[in-house]
Amino acid sequence: MSEIVEILASASLWIAMVRIASPLIFATLGELICERAGVLNLGIEGIMVAGAFSGWLAAYAGMGLWPAVAVACLTGMGFGLLHAGLTVLFGLSQHVVGIGITLLATSSSYFAYRVALPEVASPPKIEAFQNWPVPVLSQITLIGPAFFDQTPMTYLAFGLAGLVSWLLARTPLGLALRAVGENPAAVDAQGLSVAWLRSGAVIAGSGLMAMGGAFLTLSAFNSFFFGMVNGRGWICIALVVFGAWRPGKALAGALLFAGFDALQIRLQQTTLGADLPYQIFLMLPYLLSILALVLSSRRASVPAALMRPFRKGER
Amino acid sequence: MRLEPIAAPGFARRVLPPLVALGATTLAGAALARFAGADAFAALGLIAKGALGTKFALMETLNRATPLIFAGLSVAVAFRARLWNIGAEAQLYAGALVTVLLGTGILPLPSPLLIPVLALAAILAGAVLLIVPAMLKLRLGVDEVVTTLLVNFIMLLIVSMLLEGPLKDPMGMGWPKSAPLVHEARLPRILPGLRLHWGFGLAVIAAFAVWIIDRRTVAGFEMRAVGAGEAAARFAGIRVPRVVLRTAALSGGLAALAGFSEVAGLKGNLTLDLSPGYGYTGIVVAMLAALNPFGVVLAALFVAAVFVGADSMSRAAGVPTYIADMLLAFALLAMVLALTMTRYRLRRA
Amino acid sequence: MSRASTVALRLSNITKRFGPVLANDRVSLEVAQGEVLALLGENGAGKTTLMNIVFGHYTADEGRIEVFGAPLPFGQPRSALARGLGMVHQHFTLAENMTVLDNLLLGTRPLFALRSGRAAGRKRVLSLAEEYGLRIDPDMPVAALSVGERQRVEILKALYREARILILDEPTAVLTPQEAEGLFATLRRAVKRGLSIIFISHKLNEVMAIADRVVVLRQGRVAGALAISQTNPAELAAMMVGNDVPVPVVQKTREGDVALRLRDVETSGQRPDLRGLSLELVAGRITGLAGVSGNGQAALAALIAGLAVPCSGRIEIAGREIRDWSPAAAIAQGIARIPEDRHHAGTIGDFTLTENAVLERIREPRFSRSGWIDWHAARAHARTLIAGYDIRCPGPDARIRLLSGGNMQKLILGRVLEEAPAVILANQPVRGLDIGALRFVQEKLLAARRRGAAILLISEDLEEIMALSDVIHVISKGRLSPGFARGTMRSTDLGLWMAGRGFDDAA
Repeated sequence: MSEIVEILASASLWIAMVRIASPLIFATLGELICERAGVLNLGIEGIMVAGAFSGWLAAYAGMGLWPAVAVACLTGMGFGLLHAGLTVLFGLSQHVVGIGITLLATSSSYFAYRVALPEVASPPKIEAFQNWPVPVLSQITLIGPAFFDQTPMTYLAFGLAGLVSWLLARTPLGLALRAVGENPAAVDAQGLSVAWLRSGAVIAGSGLMAMGGAFLTLSAFNSFFFGMVNGRGWICIALVVFGAWRPGKALAGALLFAGFDALQIRLQQTTLGADLPYQIFLMLPYLLSILALVLSSRRASVPAALMRPFRKGER
Repeated sequence: MRLEPIAAPGFARRVLPPLVALGATTLAGAALARFAGADAFAALGLIAKGALGTKFALMETLNRATPLIFAGLSVAVAFRARLWNIGAEAQLYAGALVTVLLGTGILPLPSPLLIPVLALAAILAGAVLLIVPAMLKLRLGVDEVVTTLLVNFIMLLIVSMLLEGPLKDPMGMGWPKSAPLVHEARLPRILPGLRLHWGFGLAVIAAFAVWIIDRRTVAGFEMRAVGAGEAAARFAGIRVPRVVLRTAALSGGLAALAGFSEVAGLKGNLTLDLSPGYGYTGIVVAMLAALNPFGVVLAALFVAAVFVGADSMSRAAGVPTYIADMLLAFALLAMVLALTMTRYRLRRA
Repeated sequence: MSRASTVALRLSNITKRFGPVLANDRVSLEVAQGEVLALLGENGAGKTTLMNIVFGHYTADEGRIEVFGAPLPFGQPRSALARGLGMVHQHFTLAENMTVLDNLLLGTRPLFALRSGRAAGRKRVLSLAEEYGLRIDPDMPVAALSVGERQRVEILKALYREARILILDEPTAVLTPQEAEGLFATLRRAVKRGLSIIFISHKLNEVMAIADRVVVLRQGRVAGALAISQTNPAELAAMMVGNDVPVPVVQKTREGDVALRLRDVETSGQRPDLRGLSLELVAGRITGLAGVSGNGQAALAALIAGLAVPCSGRIEIAGREIRDWSPAAAIAQGIARIPEDRHHAGTIGDFTLTENAVLERIREPRFSRSGWIDWHAARAHARTLIAGYDIRCPGPDARIRLLSGGNMQKLILGRVLEEAPAVILANQPVRGLDIGALRFVQEKLLAARRRGAAILLISEDLEEIMALSDVIHVISKGRLSPGFARGTMRSTDLGLWMAGRGFDDAA
């Protein structure tokens, strides 16, 4: 027991929590925007891989870190465009297209990686983002190092959460996005284009997902390797549901989830961890996600037109 | 632009778009090979030769198609009833797990008894694994896409845990793999001397069975009804929850048979790399087949050929094997689009 | 009559085809500023299609639209809105989980503006509501509003955008007669302020009450254009339906025993729920259920269809209490169910006629034995229905999606009537059907009544209810009025009950 208290009191746990949460925040926000506009984007997992890879490749080619983030974002938007074209314009099954995009984005990243670097044994390293401690604030116990001594991409993730929240709640664009996820016919009747709004949301959301992937290669680790996204995208989908399609709650959910993840890694090293197979700990995040889905299932906050394609002139 | 349904599509309408999709996929393959620095058309030729060129290659392709047929049928059955089962991978491992649990000596039965017992046990395990998310969906409205996806990760960890723990082969020189199946539990080969095992035969029989259930039985009629019009099915007195659970059992069971046939037919034991994502590829197979059971067999053969051929081409021409996954993803998207275009036309406003 | 000289909207030779169907055939009409033009016609005459063309939801194949003298491009709702056209659809286009104000502001400000302009918007909504007599709380979620209130929001949406031409598609279908009076008052105020109004309807008395001029559509063509002062309902009716005025002949029959009885049933989870409702359906009698839509008709229909289970009270069929209640039980008890939504509840679009014909009875021995379907028997049954109910279709293997609404309804009708049911639930059985199909359905129901079936007819069309029913109940907020025998009530009397009055005295 004392071991657990010790872990909870250590700054490293809280630092890790915020670091683990950061890519989830990007991608969860991205998925949230898509779903608020009525489109389920199951391409998230693959788009994160593509973001991780393209961001890393850009940095490896010497483009600098921020341009690399931009490259990742643009790559994600490209896949978003494909998703939107197929699901919004042609009204194809969002499930199937999403799975297809995940498959395509993942395999093309791996393919391109192998083409670019046919013969490497260990993945090449890049100079990743360094921490930017915020003066004064970073000195606060526990909270300081956790929230104010991180890389700039983490700050960006939190900033984006605020931005998306404001955008959805307070601007005409946010109103239109929410409406198109609730009842596309209402949006159409008011002279706005359902297709443009939904496509825009999917493209922008996919850009954010890719930035979440890029966080892994440009901020968390400093290289790209196969399987590095490892189901994070699917967890983000669960986080959107858990967060009741609200950016603030989704952010809290991401932090909670990351906290548990950081905790389970540390628990493995305790006496408890010595008795239990490590796989039990690795399972926790997934079990937790399912539990979160079950617990939040009764809420009726799901966008009413989620997964419903809109065809003009049909009722 | 908008889509306009075509009331009675003609022959060309129904055949051309899928052909265009296949052609586009081939072109994409050529372009990718070119991008990787190989001679595009030589690479395509190597894929074809590697998949179908020799007796050995052909047997390899058929063996590779076997788990894909099962997984594709599993997905097709579920998707047609609008049960979005993305968890065929987990169900496959559940089937494999049960096969090694019961097939490594616990049951002292002769082959003709042991093999059916193992198959049924595998089906049961796969069924249970999908019934739980289906219940969560029916009772609580929990989206089964995410739950079945997450179960895939959990299942792999469970398998890993067991293979490093109680199921670890003491003679395995430290590798995380199970003990081998007893001889009585192994599926025989279809023809002596050929590497093709009865799992393939079983898969084709399963496709027939699914077709018959679909077309000739009340149970299949009700599954199709729930998928094509849930509200109307409920109104007509069909008990939708029961049909969904039955569908889940059938779908999960079929996916589990993939694991059973891989272990009992091909590998003889369970390792963590038993499936290179057959469960996910099953989705591609089912969609390429437009959810038709016989189409699944053809699509699985096609997909297996691409995989086996790409492996062989990769060694010869130095193009990364991931080209196979890319081609499948491309084929999947092109085909769903093409199938839509057989029923709709694009019109300006 | 105050006819201003300015022409607000002019349609010239509008033609629209849907496949082989000619929905609008060279339709021309004009609306002057400050006048109410009624667009009159039967269901399927092409009124809604025409207005959807004006509003840019459909693109016409030929013709020309002018708004205040300038041509309007086809297929662009945005430019229609910008030029001052506003449309109140029959099916409201509101986002239910959002507030009234959100719905009103949607699309009214530049998308990329940084502020939502809510404060100014709210002020303007309140002043508009005051001006036109449309009381509404802008901060209520739409889901909490009654149907009449939602219609007010739709009208406000148009007014908020400074619409100068207001198109209303069957606006009174969802209102009590008294609420309709309120709507007319609002419209008169709007006309005084110089708006032009196109009022789409198939109800003659309303058209006579509100319109200055009327254009009658029949089978997609203009059958006549007249000033209201120079015509009368009889002339309009003749114009609407040609020479063929369908008046169902209702003969006396001998009524029998109570076939289905509800005693004090209450439901939960429906909106609104039934509250202590008792009802008797008697053999050989058509019981009509009148009421404004959304007052518990859906709950009652769901209950009788077996889709909903009462949380208290009892259901009795032929005098015996029924305990296990489900759609399958309802079918087994001999209840014929004609659902309101024939596309979603009644049929499966991708299934064939045969499959739809046996959908409810596939488990019976005549269509399947120990789980194996006898498709020969099923197909033979479908052929019987096709012949007996005059279903126009390519054959028993055609997908039902390809059939017209009327033929789809005939299949549903045949499917249930062929079983000689004791009880018939007919929920909006003729909505959206053309005259031929409408008469066919009504005559089959009357034939079933002669045979001794107990029929519950649910309709929002008071005229239809009054024409066909032997006894009329009114439903309001989940409560049921006493039964009124044929001919004892005028429509205005029923309207008072529909508005909820009378219930407190009776209860």
